Amino acid sequence: MKKFVWFVLTLALVLSACGAPAVEAPAAEAPVATEAPAEAPAATEAPMAEPFRVAVVMPSGITDKAFGQSMYDALTRIKDQMGEENFEFVYSENMFVVDDAAAAIRDYATQGFDLIIAHGSQYGSSLQEIAPDFPETSFAWGTTVDTFGQPNIFAYEALSQEGGYVNGVLAATLTKSKVIGVVGPIETGDAKLYIDGFKAGVIATNPDAQVNVNYIGSFSDIPLASEAATTHIAAGADVLSGSAQMVVGAIGKAEEAGALWFGTQSNQASLAPTIVVASQVYHWEVMLAEMIGLIQGGTLGGQSFSADLANGGQVIEFNDGYALPAEAQALADETIKGIVDGTITITLP
Amino acid sequence: MISDLFTVTVFVGILASGIRLSTPYLFAAIGEAFGQKSGVLNLGVEGQMLLGAFAAFYVALTTGNLWLGLLTAMLVGALMGLAMAYVTVNLQAEQGISGIGFYLFGLGMSDLLFQKLMGTVETVKGFPKIHIPGLSDIPYIGEIFFSQNILVYFAYLLVPIAWFVLNKTTLGLKIRAVGENPDAADSLGVSVARVRYFTIILGGTLSGIAGASLSIALLNVFQQNMTSGLGFIAVALVYFGAWRPIGILGGALLFSFINSLQLWMQVLSIPVPSDIAVMMPYVVTILVLVATVSKVRAPSALSKPFERGD
Amino acid sequence: MRSRLNSLIDALLPVLATLAALFVGAVMLLILKVNPIVAYAALWDGAFGSTNALAETLVKATPLLLVGLGICISFRGDVINIGGEGQMIIGAVLATWVGLNFTGLPGWLTILLSMFAGFLGGAIWGGIPGVLKAYFRVNEILSTVMMNAIAVQFMNFLLRGPMIDPAQAQAASQIPQTARLEEIFRLPRLAPTRLHLGALIAVILAVLVYILLWRTTLGYRIRAVGQNPHASRYAGIKVPRYMVLALLLSGAFAGLAGAIQVFGVNYRMITDGSASGFTGSAGFNGIVAALFGGLHPILTIPASILFGALLVGANKMQRVVQVPSALITALNGLVVVFVVSSEIIRRRRQRRREAVAKRDDETPLTGNKPISQAEAGS
Repeated sequence: MKKFVWFVLTLALVLSACGAPAVEAPAAEAPVATEAPAEAPAATEAPMAEPFRVAVVMPSGITDKAFGQSMYDALTRIKDQMGEENFEFVYSENMFVVDDAAAAIRDYATQGFDLIIAHGSQYGSSLQEIAPDFPETSFAWGTTVDTFGQPNIFAYEALSQEGGYVNGVLAATLTKSKVIGVVGPIETGDAKLYIDGFKAGVIATNPDAQVNVNYIGSFSDIPLASEAATTHIAAGADVLSGSAQMVVGAIGKAEEAGALWFGTQSNQASLAPTIVVASQVYHWEVMLAEMIGLIQGGTLGGQSFSADLANGGQVIEFNDGYALPAEAQALADETIKGIVDGTITITLP
Repeated sequence: MISDLFTVTVFVGILASGIRLSTPYLFAAIGEAFGQKSGVLNLGVEGQMLLGAFAAFYVALTTGNLWLGLLTAMLVGALMGLAMAYVTVNLQAEQGISGIGFYLFGLGMSDLLFQKLMGTVETVKGFPKIHIPGLSDIPYIGEIFFSQNILVYFAYLLVPIAWFVLNKTTLGLKIRAVGENPDAADSLGVSVARVRYFTIILGGTLSGIAGASLSIALLNVFQQNMTSGLGFIAVALVYFGAWRPIGILGGALLFSFINSLQLWMQVLSIPVPSDIAVMMPYVVTILVLVATVSKVRAPSALSKPFERGD
Repeated sequence: MRSRLNSLIDALLPVLATLAALFVGAVMLLILKVNPIVAYAALWDGAFGSTNALAETLVKATPLLLVGLGICISFRGDVINIGGEGQMIIGAVLATWVGLNFTGLPGWLTILLSMFAGFLGGAIWGGIPGVLKAYFRVNEILSTVMMNAIAVQFMNFLLRGPMIDPAQAQAASQIPQTARLEEIFRLPRLAPTRLHLGALIAVILAVLVYILLWRTTLGYRIRAVGQNPHASRYAGIKVPRYMVLALLLSGAFAGLAGAIQVFGVNYRMITDGSASGFTGSAGFNGIVAALFGGLHPILTIPASILFGALLVGANKMQRVVQVPSALITALNGLVVVFVVSSEIIRRRRQRRREAVAKRDDETPLTGNKPISQAEAGS
């Protein structure tokens, strides 16, 4: 027993010895936070001295094949476009605790990032409080349209009903059983928009088709989402779709039963290469590029952006692994065109 | 419409789905029952399941061998059990809290390994549904009982085996003795520590299988926190079943049937708010227990560390 | 003198165990190619490095302490309450409803009423498993696990429907959140940080719980039932009643924790569909804090701060060295296991001291010196 005590004590000593000098020098902060905060004025010249620095806080993981990953991928694309020397970003993932996210946002703000993205509608309240304290820093949050009238908050949203509508049109065309199943998390936000759009698309194309929707009450319950998919299949569905990160198992259920799948948020084709027809994918980089341009020009916020099919913030990515009949492809293209030029209007319930 | 619920399709669907959904609960809860029978409360089941689920998935993905995956999951679960046994038996730590610690460790570690070794969600071809010629083709019955994957059958086989071991063998007698009166068991020459090591490691192994049954049989994916509270429900079901394998089976089926029922209600557009529907299995489980007031007592020494010569 | 040193060492044990767990964490960090010194410096900096960091730590510790106080009561009464998450939610819902609707009253009165509503909500959600246990023999682990899930769905239902922010009800996105509390109905802040009055309330309540448990008949009876229900029954104590009370009070403190989270930190309720999105898992972590504090209300104060610091600092560490949040979760698990395992050292030391005291009594002249040396060496 004594040995154990000594072991603990020695560890403690070693540790405090290591810890002590570092504690005295809080300058050993972030590896990225060493240089002085880059401010807007330097921005107008073409070659920037300082890289543009972005921090993002998100409720799920960067590898969720859904909402979180869509933002991570977008930032990676921006980095490719602007070059590594001109753009860097850091992230806090899995910040599903709203309170922790608020602390993270505030902390990033004190470190002088150029843009801080709160990638979750539940963070709005926190941002409303933090943003006024950092008038030099630009914030963005989504998905919403509300900038709280603050000059340094951008808002962004995805008109998910558009992609949902296109997916719905295709689903209605491809279903043989005339039964289509949809799995959702809780009945709000982005998921609700997508699903309502999807339903509208199905009904507009094939009024006889029936859309069964199942909200499973959670963004994380993969087993229940999968069973919901199985239930849809047992109820006769031969085409399925679903929103949010817990549907990854449901896609497999569709594959097992030979049903088709329509994805949203990120490209989900890799999960079931033969049955994913198309995924509505968010390309946030379109609106991010615009935002960065504004910030470099001195406008720190006050505007809201929509990612939609017209501006390329939303893209229907067809899966090469699935042979979509030519007429269905034509219908999809026509629908996208119709939504873009305004001849198709989507009415939500 | 409510009347849509009363069709053969729905009935068969609910039964088949209930049997499938109950699988992970059975493995985990029966493992937990062994531990509790010997006097150890393990709240870390969820963490053991997650690590088991990841281990099975990763090995199956990289080697293409599902059985090797299952074996790894068992091994990982057993190791977690071993650690838990050391902490609760040798160090006599408070069991409930140690369990929460192991839960957090498993939750974080499985996710960390997932991010470092895989990086993104992938799928694997899991254990297929077994087609039993003749039996699987019987209408309805075939769909419910004879077209499930192999782990479902293992889970159901486990129920009588666990019952037999607990009630008809000397090992079972020792386990119960250690859980009821460790001092007496000790004075009769039963090693309390050895019995508890055995049950906790067995529990870990079964939790590992429970995780594997999700990641390489039922869902065929791995994602962080994919069990999403299932392990805690499994612990609750041990109380529902009053530590008897058959009771646990009853609880697991009841919970799964009601869960499946609420899924069907939504699919059939029965006008109940989705949140209220999702609540149903939890509410019903409590109500059933209230209605059938149990006379069974918990093992007397449950969650009490044992020290010789006290 | 020696006894004071002994109790100091005992009190420091959890800290030492935490450090030992962090040492294992350092190895994990090295495997991930992260410099552990930089990482832990960030952790320290995030928890205690500035006024703001310290305030964040205390803000995080507040719900842990409140839940932990309830746990002190229930565990002393030998009932295991793992329903803190659900109790926090119901307390918060009820308090928020009062805060949003009783707007005609003076601010302080509405706040007071809201806090009471939170207390009441938690008491109801804790009282139900109490009644189920005492009169229907439904195990409280089962019922509290189930009631956590029910509370989450109930919250989702309310925030999507009856209690949704009127502004969101019209918007297309329909974020499931309530309206924001008006400024006069929020808990006042104690410094130009996020530290709010709730922290002070929690500390005062810790003292009150101490008095309740050790200076009142109610507390005595709860503890008696916890220690030996059979003897208590013979002594004429109505055992079921005190079981219910233990769980009910435990729930009430968790409910208050939920109310204080809304009125002191978030100013509205928002749901992401899970419990931890709102509670930050305080309903579970509070149990750990109480156990770290040896189920003693006063010692639960530093224990909550230690655990709160760890959580806040770990988030900072994630930001600074960009390790996956999963590592932090695993590390927290290790800390819990190490601390709970270190208890044995305290117990053994305690027993040795008792043995020494006993021997000292028997042979007052001879036994003293060599033993004190042995003590010092251990």
